[in-house]
Amino acid sequence: MAKKNKNPLHTSRRTFFKQSAVLAAVAVTPSTVLEAAENRTFDKAAYALEQVPITLSINGKVQKVMVEPRVTLLDLLREQLGLTGTKKGCDHGQCGACTIHIDGRRVNSCLTLAIMQEGREITTIEGLANGEELHPMQAAFIKHDGLQCGYCTPGQIMSAVACVNEGHTNNDFEIREFMSGNLCRCGAYPNIVNAIKEVAQ
Amino acid sequence: MNHTNTISGDSTDRVDGRDKVTGTAKYTAEIPLPNLVYGVLVGSTIAKGVIKKIDTSAAEKAAGVISVITHKNSTKLFGLKKSKTAKKLDLGLRVFHSKDIVFNGQPIALVVADRLEQAQYAASLVKCTYEQAPHTTDFGTHLDQARPSSSKWLSDTKRGDVTAWSNAPFKVDQAYTTPQEVHNPMEMHSTTAIWEGDEKLTVYDKNHAVQDIRDTLAKALKLEKEQVVVNSEFIGGGFGSGLRVWPHTFAAIIAAKMLKRPVKVSVTRPQMFTMTGYRPATAQKVSIGATKDGKIVGIKHEAIGQTSEYEEFAESVTGITKMLYACPNLETNYKVLPLTYSTPIWMRAPGEATGSFALETAMDELAYSLNMDPVQLRKKNYAETHPDDNKPWSSNHLTECLIKAARQFDWEARKPEPRSSSDRDWWVGTGMAVGSWGAWRAPATARAVLDSKGNLLIQSATSDMGPGTSTTMVKIASDASGIPMGKIRFELGKSNLPPSPGQGGSVTVASVGSAVYDICTEIKQKLLDIAVETLGETYKEAKIEDVFLINGKMGIKGKPASLVTFADLMEKKNITEVEATKTSSSGEEGGKYAFYSFGAHFAEVYVHKYTGAVRVTRFVSCVDAGRIMNNKTASSQISGAVVMGIGMALMEEQHMDHQHGRLVANDFAGYHIPVQADVPNIEVIFVDKADPYLNKMGAKGLGEIGLIGAAAAIGNAVFHATGKRVRNLPITPDKLI
Ligand code: FES
Ligand code: FES
Repeated sequence: MAKKNKNPLHTSRRTFFKQSAVLAAVAVTPSTVLEAAENRTFDKAAYALEQVPITLSINGKVQKVMVEPRVTLLDLLREQLGLTGTKKGCDHGQCGACTIHIDGRRVNSCLTLAIMQEGREITTIEGLANGEELHPMQAAFIKHDGLQCGYCTPGQIMSAVACVNEGHTNNDFEIREFMSGNLCRCGAYPNIVNAIKEVAQ
Repeated sequence: MNHTNTISGDSTDRVDGRDKVTGTAKYTAEIPLPNLVYGVLVGSTIAKGVIKKIDTSAAEKAAGVISVITHKNSTKLFGLKKSKTAKKLDLGLRVFHSKDIVFNGQPIALVVADRLEQAQYAASLVKCTYEQAPHTTDFGTHLDQARPSSSKWLSDTKRGDVTAWSNAPFKVDQAYTTPQEVHNPMEMHSTTAIWEGDEKLTVYDKNHAVQDIRDTLAKALKLEKEQVVVNSEFIGGGFGSGLRVWPHTFAAIIAAKMLKRPVKVSVTRPQMFTMTGYRPATAQKVSIGATKDGKIVGIKHEAIGQTSEYEEFAESVTGITKMLYACPNLETNYKVLPLTYSTPIWMRAPGEATGSFALETAMDELAYSLNMDPVQLRKKNYAETHPDDNKPWSSNHLTECLIKAARQFDWEARKPEPRSSSDRDWWVGTGMAVGSWGAWRAPATARAVLDSKGNLLIQSATSDMGPGTSTTMVKIASDASGIPMGKIRFELGKSNLPPSPGQGGSVTVASVGSAVYDICTEIKQKLLDIAVETLGETYKEAKIEDVFLINGKMGIKGKPASLVTFADLMEKKNITEVEATKTSSSGEEGGKYAFYSFGAHFAEVYVHKYTGAVRVTRFVSCVDAGRIMNNKTASSQISGAVVMGIGMALMEEQHMDHQHGRLVANDFAGYHIPVQADVPNIEVIFVDKADPYLNKMGAKGLGEIGLIGAAAAIGNAVFHATGKRVRNLPITPDKLI
């Protein structure tokens, strides 16, 4: 799903090298740093020690980021990269609000660690439209009013696009079954089915 | 009221649809702020007692941690210092101001760190010991301890001979229960607090009543209203949970004040069950007596609702029984039962949702005992006027709702005998119920600015938690002014905009819509005044009713030569925009009529013969909500409420471990809300007739009515399918096999 990368190693490269330099420095003096961390005198240094560099493509853009191993892909997107289109509805893999595509497959980004995504192509809701032109699924959601508060919507749309690609749209029942991992408390379900049906045709 | 009825009602796409489908809409927790740090709340692990010792040392040492705030070191807020003040100002839990524990999961510490993960991990390191006291959490076994509600706005009713029901030849006398339900909007609650010195506070807070929240915060902090700004532009659902200030909001405010930097506190999904309110459980008894031909002679409706030990929450569970049917003899009674648990809050159709389940199930039982069609029974007992005070209805199209929904559903074809229809391994049944909800209107103010290019900006401090308020307001403004929707922007969700009621009780369209409608007339009037003053003859005699706006021009009907551009008009006065602010409220009609929305629901269910699984396979709702402003969003709102009704009927229930006084399975794996596969196609029909008195648009409220009676309709269908009457929600398979 991800668009081809046009500009690999974009702007984050310099920050990355800066941070790598910090890492390299702490690598040769681990005991000092650990001590500093213990005393909380060099929080930042201690923090850098826990960071791991990863490279991943997000919406067609190769990004090098530093993450702690415990950071979920969802929190990396939302809190570190400012890609807040992907929503957090439970943080437990129970609601689908955080659905994104990894190498074209739909995944709950709250249930996967960022560090596991080295080299992968991530597509989020922000990367679905082609510039100003909405993806047909986005347009269909507006047309069929497949949303109310809009909070589950990015996850629904990412799931819906994958659902169509998977071929699970042969009838209403199948669509409902394969879209049941995406909760909508506003209850926009029937309209979501109508939107998916239109795009699937 | 001079009812003008000019809103076209046809379907319009959401004006914020694009922002929502592209992920650019910024919800509360998503506002980028410099220097922001993260707070994570730690909950108590006992239900009742006092904190003996709270050890935060390990958490404080953890990487990235900036501070751990507890009752020991918290800055004290004026309103929370004394429990008397907190009560008086209605502030709820005195978070970090007392060592008392009043419910399990009560926030006892806030860990603030540079990053979310750091705060989450460090929160797990906070250790607390308690002195425990006995708790009471079991609603069902303590009903005898219920006490009268002290609510000023709820009253018990006695009408005529209260024993009449028991002497009637046909009667129903049954008990019903509904469990604790949780709003669970998909967006979790979150507050980011930013102080500028000690004098100015800005919060980004998920709520749907920005000015109520601002007023409460101002009182709690002893600040002027102007010193507090509350923003909540995009809201990921609420259904009532955003109608008050919750502990996490105070926690964020305290932390931001102590640390002198912005702090964001988001509650987790499990915390959404304990910290941001819920629908209280109820236990009800309904007794109805009727004559042989189905005329109701008397009703008695008693209800007990759950509340907390530290506050009273009361809702109008028996309210619907007082007005829905003509009935000369009536008794209603409502009590509250305090439990060692957090305080409930309004949840969509508060009171009526649970009250209607009992009343409308009892009506179905009465229909069966009379051997009468349940639709007929409702029609027979239609109230020509409000039964309490005989006030005329402003409009009441309940009978039309019944006729239209029954026709669409093909109710005629139904065989009334229970267990008379099956399809393979499934029993098939159909059922119906009706509902009503008061149609209110509160004063609301709107400000409008029209620029010389014809762009119209309208502002009001209302909210849009999902119904499509922005869209509806833009549409009303467009229809009222003649300016195309694309040129109108509606700004909401900020407390410093012109006053508006919070989004609750289905009041938004009737209230804010009226203000928007009126401000458009006002803008027209201002343009007309300029024309009269500067254009001489042409406009001298012009009446406001004859003036129209089109394509950036104003004109008088039937006088093409009168057309003048806004730009030319404004230039004459040497201005670049025309601005007006106006407050709208209901006139004297308010006291003369009884205002209500009405609805009729018809459901078909399949119940599996061997597993007891229930599937809703068809649903038709017909609603009288006055004139419909935008069919598209209105239908979505009703069908969304029906989805919540499916949840209420079949699955939603909060479980409690009474030994520890603690919730169990408080997440989406344990608390089920309907998923896509649980929901059939839902057909929504509107009567779409203007209410002549509530406001100029003829609109009544829509937000709650789709839910009221929905669960009863499903329960009645289950009875028809299986012959089993389940009076205790939710209707889970174990109750059917
Ligand atoms: S936030 Fe990932 S499934 Fe709910
Ligand atoms: S649109 Fe509100 S949760 Fe789906």
